[in-house]
Amino acid sequence: MSDTLLKVRDLKIGATIYPPGEKPKDIEIVHGVSFDLAPGKVLGLIGESGAGKSTIGLASMAYGRGGVRITGGEVWVNGRDILKTGLRDVRKLRGGEVTYVSQSAAASFNPAKKIMDQVVEAAVEQKKFSRKEAEERARTLFAKLGLPDPDNIGERYPHQVSGGQLQRCMTALALCPEPDLVVFDEPTTALDVTTQIDVLMAIKEAIRDTGVAALYITHDLAVVAQVSDDIMVLKMGNTVEYGSVDQIINNPQEEYTQALVSVRSIEHEEKAPTPDPVLSVRNITARYKGTQFDVLHNVNVDLYPGQTLAVVGESGSGKSTLARVITGLLPPREGEIEFAGRTLSPDLKGRSREDLRELQMIYQMADVAMNPRQTVGTIIGRPLEFYFGMRGGEKRKRIIELLDEIELGEKFMDRYPAELSGGQKQRVCIARSLAAKPKMIICDEVTSALDPLVADGILKLLLDLQKIEDVAYLFITHDLATVRAISDNIAVMYQGKVQRYGGKSKVLSPPFDDYTDLLLSSVPEMKLGWLEEVIANRKMESAGN
Amino acid sequence: MKNIPVSALIGLFFTALYFLGAIFAPLLAPYGVGEVVGDVWEPASAEFLLGTDNIGRDLLTRMIYGGQTTIFIATAATVLSFTTGSILGFIAAEAGGWLDQAMSRFVDLIMSIPTLIFALVVLSVMPVTIPTLIVVMGLLDSTRVYRLARAVAVDIEVMDYVEAARLRGEKTTWIIFREILPNALSPLVAEMGLRFIFAVLFVSTLSFLGLGVQPPAADWGGIVKENKDGIVYGIPAALIPAFAIATLAISVNLVADWVLNRTTSLKGGRG
Repeated sequence: MSDTLLKVRDLKIGATIYPPGEKPKDIEIVHGVSFDLAPGKVLGLIGESGAGKSTIGLASMAYGRGGVRITGGEVWVNGRDILKTGLRDVRKLRGGEVTYVSQSAAASFNPAKKIMDQVVEAAVEQKKFSRKEAEERARTLFAKLGLPDPDNIGERYPHQVSGGQLQRCMTALALCPEPDLVVFDEPTTALDVTTQIDVLMAIKEAIRDTGVAALYITHDLAVVAQVSDDIMVLKMGNTVEYGSVDQIINNPQEEYTQALVSVRSIEHEEKAPTPDPVLSVRNITARYKGTQFDVLHNVNVDLYPGQTLAVVGESGSGKSTLARVITGLLPPREGEIEFAGRTLSPDLKGRSREDLRELQMIYQMADVAMNPRQTVGTIIGRPLEFYFGMRGGEKRKRIIELLDEIELGEKFMDRYPAELSGGQKQRVCIARSLAAKPKMIICDEVTSALDPLVADGILKLLLDLQKIEDVAYLFITHDLATVRAISDNIAVMYQGKVQRYGGKSKVLSPPFDDYTDLLLSSVPEMKLGWLEEVIANRKMESAGN
Repeated sequence: MKNIPVSALIGLFFTALYFLGAIFAPLLAPYGVGEVVGDVWEPASAEFLLGTDNIGRDLLTRMIYGGQTTIFIATAATVLSFTTGSILGFIAAEAGGWLDQAMSRFVDLIMSIPTLIFALVVLSVMPVTIPTLIVVMGLLDSTRVYRLARAVAVDIEVMDYVEAARLRGEKTTWIIFREILPNALSPLVAEMGLRFIFAVLFVSTLSFLGLGVQPPAADWGGIVKENKDGIVYGIPAALIPAFAIATLAISVNLVADWVLNRTTSLKGGRG
């Protein structure tokens, strides 16, 4: 056997697309990618969505997802070309020699079966271990991955453990049959930062202890820098750069890699608070209808005209609920909201058209925030018509102005949302809220569904527009890098309470409370050895444990 | 409009044939609808292309006028059931709460009674005229449309763009007609094809049972009834309207299928 475990040569992958109203077309999505992976090494595949990284990962198991076909090249695993060996051999390979960890453990586990049954299934099926041996091995792996109560956790059902734990169970599942290679497909992307760090550490240690080789697929360069030996940067199915971690992070050669490394380079000077806030949230306590549990406890924050207040926290911290209370979708149990000098009605129905116009909202998922059956012109034009009674040429002129402001231009006017990219969709949503000439916009995780470079563009646009339109943003996010980039004031939320609140420089400088410290230290940095450093210095366990 | 599959072309051809026949019935029919022009059950000849019926009327004429009646009643009933069903369904989904509950449970109640029995009871106590038929059929069918429309609208209603419209301050009518309706259209159109066919079958059944279209007016179900005794003597007069009903059903389905395929591709559906 040679010293390369996985050898990929000139891999080409194609798919058939079905454009509406046209004949199906064959396209190539990966254009001749080559790499080697030695036993026990980790190769990081990185790129934006559509770069073909998951497709390449699955191709190393000779698998193509949903109509994707491997059209050319060679994939050698343990000295044989798995694209030529036939289905019976491939079946032995999958789940035996090569295993897979997917992005969403919650969607990948069968909710009706106990975790242990699923973890040992492949190992037993492949006749690598007897059921008893496999269970023994699974328990060792659970312990190694830092899962609580490793002897009994396998007896639980998937919904009885947290998201971070389930992701680690899936890693145990992949490692159980003693594979030679594990494909990790964005294993931490769906997790909160504080949980991500534990899962990352567990994966890294498990890889080291078992001596397995791994393909680690992610869009986050800072994450991949922590776990891999080599990195391959992909763009639109082509290799952009391929080298050691050290070289890619510290000395990137290609322009695209440099852009990825230096992403989030936006600088924003913190502004001092002015005397009259545009929005004052006073002692808000809220719960959802039919529940006995307060999601928000006595929340107090202010937002000043033309400034940005970032609300940060993990999932479940109540930050989106706060937005629902401010918009009137969820009337609070106690407290009140002052907006532009007047007290807002707690219920949406009691608000005047002026209240609604001055308080706009941008959503996380731009795809579902726009009616797929309306053109961009209609989407942006409706607020103009509705609030200002604009018609015909006047309306058209204003729509074009707005399209220019969001850097898209007139030609986008007659397109449908399905014909736009993710970043363009979010831009249209921004234009729609600006059309109302608001005093304040609530931005609910507006960049978290976007690729880093695109997200960067959106943030820059938002900052520029803030200068032009003098609009205030309430920026809800879980991403601290974003917060650093754009905010003036920060509110850190934890379990429905504001944990820390004030100007950006004050909130982000020590002394920290334990939670803020955990949150801040958990944001992956593009630095080798960062992960070990953080784990060693932690004061508080994350909630996902 | 290019790339129409063969099945859809066949469907379009027959659907168009029957609808055009219905619209231009007075021009196309060689004789009057109630006119006795020959002997009983004459075979097909140059004079009577499909032969004559049980009392010597021209069968082709009867078929053309019958098609007109059947298709008109079915179309009107479908339109009625769709407008009431979908608007009420959308309102229920949008309003939610007790109104939704009250309407949905009422619809469940109506649906728990077999439609044919229900229609027979209503029609036996009311004067059987074409408007009554349409209203009875349309309202009974609207329960099924209501269910579909409500189910589809509930899914759309939780979308962010509907919430955005609500936050903008839009009225319920705008939300229903501009945000929900365009996105609910493709399943509704597919259902419309099916419901139209059920309406054709339903009115034919009623006429066959004698509670539908009353003689001397012709309709396909009625023609089957009038000529059914001929089958025993090997006379195919009753099979001709049956064949017409079957081909209309199949072809409308083929068209509906094609329309559904085309529109769902927007959402990344089948090609």
